[in-house]
Amino acid sequence: MGTTASQLGKDLLSEYQELTFLTKQEILLAHKRYSELLSKEDRNLTSVPMEKVLSLPELKSNPFRKRICHVFSTSDMKDGSLTFEDFLDLLSAFSDSATLEIKSHYAFRIFDFDDDGTLDGGDLEKLVNCLTGKTEDTRLTPEEMRQLISNILEESDIDKDGTVNLSEFQHVISRSPDFVRAKSLFCRTA
Amino acid sequence: MAYSVDFNLRPIMELELESLRGDDTAQDSMKGTGLESGSRETLEMEVLTTEGRDRLASQMSDVRERADERSEESIQTNLLVRKRWSTTTLRVLSSMPSRSIGQQSRLEIISQCNIRSTQLRRYHRQTQDVSLSSRPSIRGYGIEADSEDVCEEETKRQELVNNLQSLSAGDRVRLLRATPLSLAEKTKLRKLVFSDKVGQSLLSSQVPCCSLLKRALCHIWFGCLFILSSLQLWQVALKRLGGRFGTGVLSYFLFIRTLLLFNVFLFLINGLFLVLPQAIYPPLHTPSSHRVTGLELFTGTGYLSNSLMFYGYYTNSTINTSCRPDEATAGTGCGTTSDPHMMAYNIPLAYCFTIGITFFITGIVLVYSMSKSFGRSFRVFKSQGNMAIKVFCSWDFKVSKKMSVRMQSENITTQLKELLSEVKGGEEEKGRLSGMAVHLLAWSISLGSTFFCALGIHCFAKYMHLRRLEDAEGEVSVLHEARLLALPGVVSCGNLLLPGLFNLVSWMENFNSPIVRLYVSIFRNLLLKVSILGVLCYHWLGKIAAEPEQHGLQCWESFVGQELYRFLLVDFIFTALYTVFGEFIWKRFSQGVLRRRRKPVFDIARNVLELIYGQTLTWLGLLFTPLLPAVQILKLLLLFHMKKSSLLVNCQASRKPWRASQMSTLFISLLCFPSFLGAIVSVTYTILTIKPSSGCGPFRNLPFMFHSGKQWAQELKSTNHKLAWLNWVHHCLVENPLFLFLLAGVFLMVIYIHTQVLDGQRKTISLLQKQIENEGKDKKFLITSLQAIHEKRQYPLSPSSRPQGSEV
Repeated sequence: MGTTASQLGKDLLSEYQELTFLTKQEILLAHKRYSELLSKEDRNLTSVPMEKVLSLPELKSNPFRKRICHVFSTSDMKDGSLTFEDFLDLLSAFSDSATLEIKSHYAFRIFDFDDDGTLDGGDLEKLVNCLTGKTEDTRLTPEEMRQLISNILEESDIDKDGTVNLSEFQHVISRSPDFVRAKSLFCRTA
Repeated sequence: MAYSVDFNLRPIMELELESLRGDDTAQDSMKGTGLESGSRETLEMEVLTTEGRDRLASQMSDVRERADERSEESIQTNLLVRKRWSTTTLRVLSSMPSRSIGQQSRLEIISQCNIRSTQLRRYHRQTQDVSLSSRPSIRGYGIEADSEDVCEEETKRQELVNNLQSLSAGDRVRLLRATPLSLAEKTKLRKLVFSDKVGQSLLSSQVPCCSLLKRALCHIWFGCLFILSSLQLWQVALKRLGGRFGTGVLSYFLFIRTLLLFNVFLFLINGLFLVLPQAIYPPLHTPSSHRVTGLELFTGTGYLSNSLMFYGYYTNSTINTSCRPDEATAGTGCGTTSDPHMMAYNIPLAYCFTIGITFFITGIVLVYSMSKSFGRSFRVFKSQGNMAIKVFCSWDFKVSKKMSVRMQSENITTQLKELLSEVKGGEEEKGRLSGMAVHLLAWSISLGSTFFCALGIHCFAKYMHLRRLEDAEGEVSVLHEARLLALPGVVSCGNLLLPGLFNLVSWMENFNSPIVRLYVSIFRNLLLKVSILGVLCYHWLGKIAAEPEQHGLQCWESFVGQELYRFLLVDFIFTALYTVFGEFIWKRFSQGVLRRRRKPVFDIARNVLELIYGQTLTWLGLLFTPLLPAVQILKLLLLFHMKKSSLLVNCQASRKPWRASQMSTLFISLLCFPSFLGAIVSVTYTILTIKPSSGCGPFRNLPFMFHSGKQWAQELKSTNHKLAWLNWVHHCLVENPLFLFLLAGVFLMVIYIHTQVLDGQRKTISLLQKQIENEGKDKKFLITSLQAIHEKRQYPLSPSSRPQGSEV
């Protein structure tokens, strides 16, 4: 139930505060940013198309921006458009106070490029390509890519089925002390 | 019959998957196309499970054995995938609980939520006890008709709602928040849960006064947090440095901040309990005339030597707060002791206790932070297991500028390439004879240079003492005072030049792995600093303190304090000069003469060891110079800004992967073990064995420094009988070795128990991993059996219908 009114109702605000990790100020700020994304003639729309969301400065240069939109979108047409509640979900999952479980769940879904519920070799290859950038001199050679993927699978695939599922992913993540800090999108002052 | 296939869905018919998904989830499509075959397949499955269970079990164990034998082959045939999975197989694969896509995922998440809410209820001892299982049984999936799947979700949702209603409000909120469902779903759940509390939100349903109080407390708490976070020193600068130069350089600056906090703590405690009382009630001193030249600030002599800075200023009497300063006499307090409003402050006791307590608390904090840091980074010590973590966790989503994003990509690429080459490089052969000879030569050069440096300092120190004696007999002149700075100057020169030699030597050695090179360099630098400090301590505590008259000193503690003060200051001056000129000149040299395009790299190990050296000097000097932490604080503040500017201008980020958490652990342990331990040992040695000078300081006329504590304890016994048991406790516990043995024994037992527990846990982990692997093999076997059955039914007469694996 996205709202196009310029003000959020008090009930709605407290409900969002309960169900997400955002504070009141952050929700109001999010509402302001979201309303800016909706241009004037789209007043009747309840969801913002993906191109507009990708124009946000925080997401513009992020190599995972399209995946982020797809993961958080609940639209039936699977076009990556976000309602206001999807937008709040996005901010909540990337906020500083989100739990490790939430972050790892959404990170897994973002990295799962083919949406089959596991990270297989193709997903990992796409992930590494996103990480290393678009230019030719930063990409890994095919030989290195193959070795990297086989090393990753060797380290994280416990049941040896060739893919990394959610539990194995969370197991790998739990060993890293930097995960929670790195997966925060917006600063509190933004 | 070993099934060594890979469940890589991608190379397999993506079209099949698309047809399954379409614009719906996998479950919905079950209603459409494959209903009939689905039900027949499930019947088959039932037959399989009821009749052939034993056979299946034996087959599975067979498979496992053979799979174990052929584990190497399986790696090669892992990519051998079936060209065509049937829709049934794909459907079963995609609806496996571990894969969790679409509606299946919602079901799974709701089940997980159910589990957690049940656990919370049981924890809070509710009466209802509904047992749930998170893994839907086989019955849940295929045996019943598909239209019941929606009903199942509804029932599960209803159960969840019931569970949630019986939880406390706080738990409910936390559980809902932490569930990875979409906000729309959570809103629906919440409406169901609160359907009996129509129109009220959780926050407003509480009793008004409690909520107001809570809100006020929340406001205060967040206000405090905000102030605390804004006080975080140098937050902005650190962010900029970290973003530009990486975590390695950042760890150096974080270490500066840690040391600053330690010193602030030292300064506050000492200042409050020691310096302040003495400053308010200054002791009687014979006024001595000193010429005020600027040099006193550097040498600590002159008017500074009789100031609060040094040991000699402090009285050995008890200050009574009711008396005026000019009435204070040495040895006895002023005023009558029967005045009940008077507070007596025993300076020698305060001195002893303050120093003791500061060292004790610093030691505890160091050991605690070291253990915490070690625990966090322990896994990282393993060279394996890093690549997955690096790939999954290293992308920092906060970075938003295009340039920074590109730099981050470059960084990650470099790190991945380094990791890959390390793994490859570890397999190359090592240990050729010429390599050994080079290493031997390198080590002999470094050890030899350290030894000669220490020897040189020893001889120079002796020479300087003799010169000082000669100077002291003559007139005091500026030149004589300046000569006091010669020894610190020579030591700082050695400290600056020898690490350069070590760098050269390690460049000659040409290590394979950068991490080994780093550790070797740290070790050599550490050895140098330890030997220099050892020689100096021998001089001060062994020679000067033992025979102060021979060296012409009335107050050897003040002299040692002044020496330490000089060392700290000169070290800082030399570091500043080196930073400003040395790094700048080196940059010009490397860019101009050597024609390197890249700026020099910041040498983290060497700079950190410099910091540790400075901190050791501060700790050593705390006993003799209570205000030394203040000097160190100023030094650290200036050093931070200097190094930051120099870094931004002269250096650039290192391309080597720097495992920051591992390094922080190393720094803290270096701070704790050689540095702090050495300081504690020297201070304890001084307090217990060296006779304090008789002319100055709070411990004059005592045989040893710790006798002040003993005297006080005896006084306590005679004056205040209520506290006499303290004395008894002290006598029994601290002076009785049996108690210490017992304590040590208890600690050892606790350590042993923990080690055993860890061992057991490690064994359990490996067993569980083996079990999961076996389950994976079972899964593969079952899926291929399913596929084989399907094929046999579809093509009963074709030769490829035999239920064999895909191995060659």
